[in-house]
Amino acid sequence: MQNIDRLILRLGEITLKGKNRSRFEKTISEHVRAVLRPYPKAHVRREYGRMYVETGGESVEALIQVLKNVFGIMDIIPVKQTLPQLDDIIAAAIELIGEQHIDQLTTFKVSVKRVWKEFPHSSQEMNHLVGSPVLRAYPLLKVDVRQPQIELRVEIRDGAAYIYSELIPAVGGFPRGSNGKAMLLLSGGIDSPVAGWQSMRRGLEVECIHFHSYPFTSERAKEKVVDLTRVLAGYAGVVKLHVVPFTEIQTAFTTTGQDNLMITLMRRAMLRIATKIAEQQKGLALITGESLGQVASQTLSSMNAIERATELPILRPLVMTGKDEIIQIAKEIGTYDLSILPYEDCCTLFIPKSPTTNPNLRIIEKVESFLELEPMIERAVEQTEVLTIEAGSPLQLASTAINEDWF
Amino acid sequence: MKYFDYAATTPPYPEVIRSMAEIMEKHFGNPSSLHQYGEEADRLVRHAKEVTAQLLGVKPNEIIWTSGATESNNFALKGAAMRGGRTQGHIITTSIEHPSVYECCRQLEQIGFEISYIDPAPDGIVLLEDIQNALRADTIIVSMMHVNNETGAVQPVQQVSEWLKKVQPRTLMHVDGVQGFGKLPVVLAKWNIDLYSLSAHKIRGPKGTGLLYIKQGTELFPLLAGGGQENGYRSGTENVAGIVGMTKALRLAATEQYTLAERLTAFSQLLKTEIQAIDGLVLTNPAIASPHIIHFCYPGMKSEVILHSLEQQGCIVSTQSACSSRKAEPSRVLVAMGITREHAASGIRISLGDQHTNQDIEHLITALRQTVTQLRPLERRTR
Repeated sequence: MQNIDRLILRLGEITLKGKNRSRFEKTISEHVRAVLRPYPKAHVRREYGRMYVETGGESVEALIQVLKNVFGIMDIIPVKQTLPQLDDIIAAAIELIGEQHIDQLTTFKVSVKRVWKEFPHSSQEMNHLVGSPVLRAYPLLKVDVRQPQIELRVEIRDGAAYIYSELIPAVGGFPRGSNGKAMLLLSGGIDSPVAGWQSMRRGLEVECIHFHSYPFTSERAKEKVVDLTRVLAGYAGVVKLHVVPFTEIQTAFTTTGQDNLMITLMRRAMLRIATKIAEQQKGLALITGESLGQVASQTLSSMNAIERATELPILRPLVMTGKDEIIQIAKEIGTYDLSILPYEDCCTLFIPKSPTTNPNLRIIEKVESFLELEPMIERAVEQTEVLTIEAGSPLQLASTAINEDWF
Repeated sequence: MKYFDYAATTPPYPEVIRSMAEIMEKHFGNPSSLHQYGEEADRLVRHAKEVTAQLLGVKPNEIIWTSGATESNNFALKGAAMRGGRTQGHIITTSIEHPSVYECCRQLEQIGFEISYIDPAPDGIVLLEDIQNALRADTIIVSMMHVNNETGAVQPVQQVSEWLKKVQPRTLMHVDGVQGFGKLPVVLAKWNIDLYSLSAHKIRGPKGTGLLYIKQGTELFPLLAGGGQENGYRSGTENVAGIVGMTKALRLAATEQYTLAERLTAFSQLLKTEIQAIDGLVLTNPAIASPHIIHFCYPGMKSEVILHSLEQQGCIVSTQSACSSRKAEPSRVLVAMGITREHAASGIRISLGDQHTNQDIEHLITALRQTVTQLRPLERRTR
């Protein structure tokens, strides 16, 4: 893409918004500037409904790679800019097509959009005026106006013309944090990071909550969750992680003799703790990675019994999504390889032989009442460790910190 | 004594030695252990992988630590050839590879694989066209070095790789990057390389450590079976201090790459001009060569004699590649380039590094002149 000197970022759904639109656009532009910080020569300009990034000599491929992940951007158009003059436009068109290294018969058409009405040639004329010299330059091109393999687009504005032939789809969705804040229950598994990413994509600011039961789970399990959070931070810039000590509560449940209710009890306790943390942090919902029918605690009747432990809405982005599809997304967003690392987590260790798929709420509430859970929950919330994880930050959890000088 | 044998090995950076000493003292845990000591060691290994991946522009899980380039090269070739338990197929390599590739191919030949050894053109550079002609539908892997360790010839690995991935993407591309890294730019992901070997001690890191880059999704048959370390690709307790030391060396080498290349080019041009001016010496450097290797012959004189004479004058150089220099045979690489056995038997390699100064180069030039003056009466009349 050596001829590309700027990128047009087109914004998606948010252009449907009325009054709030400029706030949304501002949020995206802040996010764009944040991810472009490592590329100081690139320059961002905002215009109604779109943004322009002048590459300033930074690698176009690298810029596209990071911009693709900015929530709210629908697609990225690498363009060549010229003056709005016929000769310049033709020269740029020929250069741009040259980059495609056409070595077999390829169909093609020109589409000209004339936003600046004072430009001397009409769009119809332009299709022809640009098309003919391009066809002469590349004998293997053939015009097909219905389903061309290459569509060369020219946009003529007052002061500049943009020539391009490629639309690169980006992540889309709503701008970072534009729809409020929610708390993600993050295990070390495959599903919850995906649920977190999808929530972020819908404009939620996400804080993560992880339940840690040392010595039943190792430091590495915790580190794995930190790493997963770091991947999410790669999309949001920064993400908070609340690590809740869960050992006391978990141990208390094992004394009830209600093995098959174990998971239900644990999940309810987790929701209670998460609710309290959400209140502290002004989160308005909980997010889980639950997917209907996947395990015993994710049957409808289990979800019903568990959900009653909180008054906050529970968002389940994956509830109707199959495992294969979840794995596919996990691979795309870069959490899969971390998720499959084999460390014990607080749920796997206490999985009973036959967990109930149809828990009885009355019995559950009775068991809970024997245990005096409330003070334990308070303690867990109090002792929660809060980590702020920034995109690209190194591991920080080490009992002995890593000395960067060694590397 | 001035040391001009950087292509054989290099003195470790003091920073590398310091960080390794500290790690051996403080973090001797086994990275596979579950306890705190193990976790600390594991964290170091993982962090090293992240830093290295970033330096090479690849993903951390695409890097496998090895004991050095010999292991990396053996793993790449045998691992690719024997995946799925296969014992036959076709491999393309060149006749100027380092013994760790060349001899490895010989072994595979004994098992039943067919190997095409492509000779270079007289300038020491293998032609893309010759590789193209050798390609077959059952070719498993094309293995090529980036920079030849004896002549410095830069091989068209990017060209070969890009072509290969276009015509037959399932055939793997392996590059032995040992002599090129830190001297010439390499962009693994962009060049479509599947496997890439590196050694730490050629870039002022510790001996006994290296790495193999394995592009995600590439299946290899593990050479070492055992505890399943390194995603099962290479069992064996990780050399924690070595891995950290290698990472440090990689980082320093990568940072200094551009200024270094400039200085080395100036030095090698000066040396080449001087060598050409000395009557009796024949410059054998290819036209396109890495600036850190200068190669010449002194026809009529045995390499070893030239080497010892230069040593007497305080300059350490080498004959052929260090790995083969104890053999009596003239260099296989030079012979493959079409240089006569007599010429090849009188070859000398000078290899430079980041520590050399103008004075060192002048010293070497003076020594070269004196050596020729001193040895002239003893020349055998083969010219």
